[in-house]
Amino acid sequence: MSKVQASAADALADVIRDSMFIAAGGFGLCGIPELLIDALRQSGVRDLTIASNNCGVDDFGLGVLLANRQIKKMISSYVGENSEFMRQYLSGELELEFNPQGTLAERLRAGGAGIPGFYTRTGVGTVIAEGKEHKEFEGKTFILERALVADLAIVKAWKADTSGNLVFRKTARNFNVPAATCGKICIAEVEQIVPVGSIDPDHVHLPGIYVHRLVEGKHEKRIEQRTVREREVA
Amino acid sequence: MPWDRNQMAARAGRELQDGWYVNLGIGIPTLVANYIPKDVSVTLQSENGMLGMGPFPFEGEEDADLINAGKQTITELPQTAYFDSATSFAMIRGGKIAMAILGAMEVSENGDLANWTIPGKLVKGMGGAMDLVAGVGRVVVIMDHTNKVGDSKLLKACTLPLTGQGVVDRIITNLGVLDVVKGGLKIIELADGVSEEELRRATEATIVNAKEAE
Repeated sequence: MSKVQASAADALADVIRDSMFIAAGGFGLCGIPELLIDALRQSGVRDLTIASNNCGVDDFGLGVLLANRQIKKMISSYVGENSEFMRQYLSGELELEFNPQGTLAERLRAGGAGIPGFYTRTGVGTVIAEGKEHKEFEGKTFILERALVADLAIVKAWKADTSGNLVFRKTARNFNVPAATCGKICIAEVEQIVPVGSIDPDHVHLPGIYVHRLVEGKHEKRIEQRTVREREVA
Repeated sequence: MPWDRNQMAARAGRELQDGWYVNLGIGIPTLVANYIPKDVSVTLQSENGMLGMGPFPFEGEEDADLINAGKQTITELPQTAYFDSATSFAMIRGGKIAMAILGAMEVSENGDLANWTIPGKLVKGMGGAMDLVAGVGRVVVIMDHTNKVGDSKLLKACTLPLTGQGVVDRIITNLGVLDVVKGGLKIIELADGVSEEELRRATEATIVNAKEAE
């Protein structure tokens, strides 16, 4: 059975349904599954709950699903780059669950690793700890955080072989690995799909066991904050 | 004259020790990278998944796949390593990062830090700040001593929602350097031309005398 799909829309067709829970990879606009996000937009699927560190910008990334009113709830650590997000949240149209960034990453990782929860120091004594179990270990207080298991994970890698082994590039790896592992179904979009044997097995970042479907396509890879330094003139 | 942003960053640079792995927050803390002493070798962590963060790229060499936690384009160094976000916060939570230098809106005399939200006004999120203050070996904050109308930002108790409780070790402000010690804050250093009286007047938090803090 081939994992390779003709398009992002094909890969999603028999998977998506209203009110589903999706985990999405990416940090800011870096390493986001932009083809799958666009296919979700075109599908019109609604009332989504999405776990993603950020929510794109107004006209790119997950922001396009917000603009289209397809998201019911976000689980994120930072949403400061998106004015439509703020508008929908402050007017009560959008639910928001803030998670500390490392807690979010670990909730996804734990979900994929079959661990239902974990204790962490992060957030002790803050609003994040409210309503959560507190427990002492060696004289220090920890809170219980629950794992996340998603109906669907959408991630972006640089390269895949046809068996689904993934290779990421630079800081575009970010949340893509933990998000991929926590999905009951994981669809990965990549810049290139190569034959098996083309990736050194020692260089695989995420083994194909976690990846159920693959889509190859052209990526815009938009830069959010272009910062440069002056060349020194000799 | 109180210190300006760059002087505060330069002072923070003197906190760095040879061989340390360090995380620099967004804003003034980012400037600390320009003031790492020549004889000190530190490795900068970017919590989106990188150790060994290099400077901004030259124009035309930006790479969309290579950004820091502030989403700015950056470069890699020969010793750079990349990893995923779960691994990144495992090293933070696991105490492998020696120090974080962060910005602050308020700090209390017992080391509580508030730097992520102003209810009803600023609702962007905490990002990795709560994980950093809970996990790293030492937390240094860089902040203005007072707000725009002259009220102290070093308080008896924070008024804003906390990022962490009792987490701050050292505070570098435009007026000087203070440590969080038993009973309050202890003055470590005054900015050039700032008197102790001036710093005390600008501080709501309890300042303990050097002797009491011993």
